Amino acid sequence: MSATHPSPEAARRVAFAPNWPMRLALLAIVAYAIWASSRLGLSWDRLGHGLGEGGRLLARMVPPNFERWGLLLEGMLESLQIAVLASAIGIAISLPLGVLAARNLSPWWISGPVRAVIAVCRSLHYVIVAILFVKAIGFGALAGTAALVVASVGFIAKLFAEAIEEISMKQVEAIRATGAGVMKVLAYAVLPQVASRFIGFCLYQLDSNLRNSTLVGIVGAGGIGGTLFAAFKRFDYDFVAAILLSIIALIFLAEIISGRVRAALR
Amino acid sequence: MSATLTAAPPPATRLEHALEIRGLFKEYTAGKPVLKGIDLAVAAEGITAIIGPSGTGKSTLLRCINRLVEPTRGEIRLRGTELTGLRGRDLRLARRRIGMVFQEYNLVERLTVMENVLSGRLGYVPFWRAWLRKYPEADIQRAFMLLDAVGLPEHATRRADALSGGQRQRVGIARALMQRPEILLADEPTSSLDPRTAVEVLELLAKLTAAENVPVIINIHNVDLAKRYARRIVGMAGGSVIFDGPPEALQTHHLQAIYGGEDWL
Repeated sequence: MSATHPSPEAARRVAFAPNWPMRLALLAIVAYAIWASSRLGLSWDRLGHGLGEGGRLLARMVPPNFERWGLLLEGMLESLQIAVLASAIGIAISLPLGVLAARNLSPWWISGPVRAVIAVCRSLHYVIVAILFVKAIGFGALAGTAALVVASVGFIAKLFAEAIEEISMKQVEAIRATGAGVMKVLAYAVLPQVASRFIGFCLYQLDSNLRNSTLVGIVGAGGIGGTLFAAFKRFDYDFVAAILLSIIALIFLAEIISGRVRAALR
Repeated sequence: MSATLTAAPPPATRLEHALEIRGLFKEYTAGKPVLKGIDLAVAAEGITAIIGPSGTGKSTLLRCINRLVEPTRGEIRLRGTELTGLRGRDLRLARRRIGMVFQEYNLVERLTVMENVLSGRLGYVPFWRAWLRKYPEADIQRAFMLLDAVGLPEHATRRADALSGGQRQRVGIARALMQRPEILLADEPTSSLDPRTAVEVLELLAKLTAAENVPVIINIHNVDLAKRYARRIVGMAGGSVIFDGPPEALQTHHLQAIYGGEDWL
């Protein structure tokens, strides 16, 4: 028999084994979704009622009211300052932490504890951290900045460490072989390999801090969030709309700028 | 295999030794030595080629010398300095006296050719000079001189990842010589190159190290190239030295002992 003609046994062989665990898991997820929505009272009636209410809210938001632009501008600028400061301080703290947490450069008894610190920074949502800081150091922008510094460290120190763990150790080995010490190895073998990714992470964190800084105000930690929350409570929905539009404009602007910077770095 | 098939006393031993290795053992896992008591004295000039099958510990041997790999026991002396057991600053001062050329070049890809060559001075200049690229004028002059010598005079400002394999290894040689090393270790420097480039790079390595009086230890798979450029061949198998002599003395039966089998010859 020639090799190109399938034998009868070959026709019966299975090329792809059926994945029963995956099929069962999908079935279980669908069943759980149906059960959970009935428990929560999520019905088509409830959805229709909610949509009607939503329509009334939208109607009261139009047209947006920019009369109190002074208040709006003040809040936005404070949010911007919180975001920029928190990003700068967070990055400054994350650089050494990221190096210490990288398991290919630091011994385990350093990287382990440092990773734990970073994990703690990540584990609490930044709004909860902001509430803690408001209680601890009082209302205002300081609490918001501190909360976002913690969030930034939790996020970018981990990304820094992961980027460092992916570098080519061959280049590190070569620089070590010249007799370079730790700092020179970092400057000549590690940093060149990770610099462009680090800048990407920093821009991403700045974006994310801009968004987050608009929210910490709701718990009294400074910025436009406080103004937004007050407007909600007074049912000034047209002013709410003005604030939301301003936030969206700011975030869009930030995305455009950081996108340009990232493209230029590539 | 334990008996050394020494064909003739290596001529190198008559000269002053740059490097002396005695009783070198290396175990990555306890009880399974990769190097089983290496004794080797390397003359202060000329090329010593180490041949042997993959996995026999040639790379480990070279890396034990500049302590990229930690020897388990034994002595390694570089012109009188005991290298095993050195730590911190002493280790760095010893490393800068030993140049190394790697199989995959190990250039810092995102730095320029000039930065890669000057990184050979990292053991000598203070951190701030390295960070700000404020190298002493003499270093920069030597870097340009070496780039001319390796045939890359126009490439100083190009990034290392824009170079071809042969060009990268030339930069690797310039970086190693930038250290003004007392010995140069070359770990399979031509194995990633095409045959013609391999010869060109080896020719260059031989010429430049002879001009600067730097002795070379080279791990190499290509026996013909080893015979052509080395004044001494060291054959390793199973973690031991089983041949040590001039290239003329290396016979077919030695190669069979080193690599095993005979069908490939």
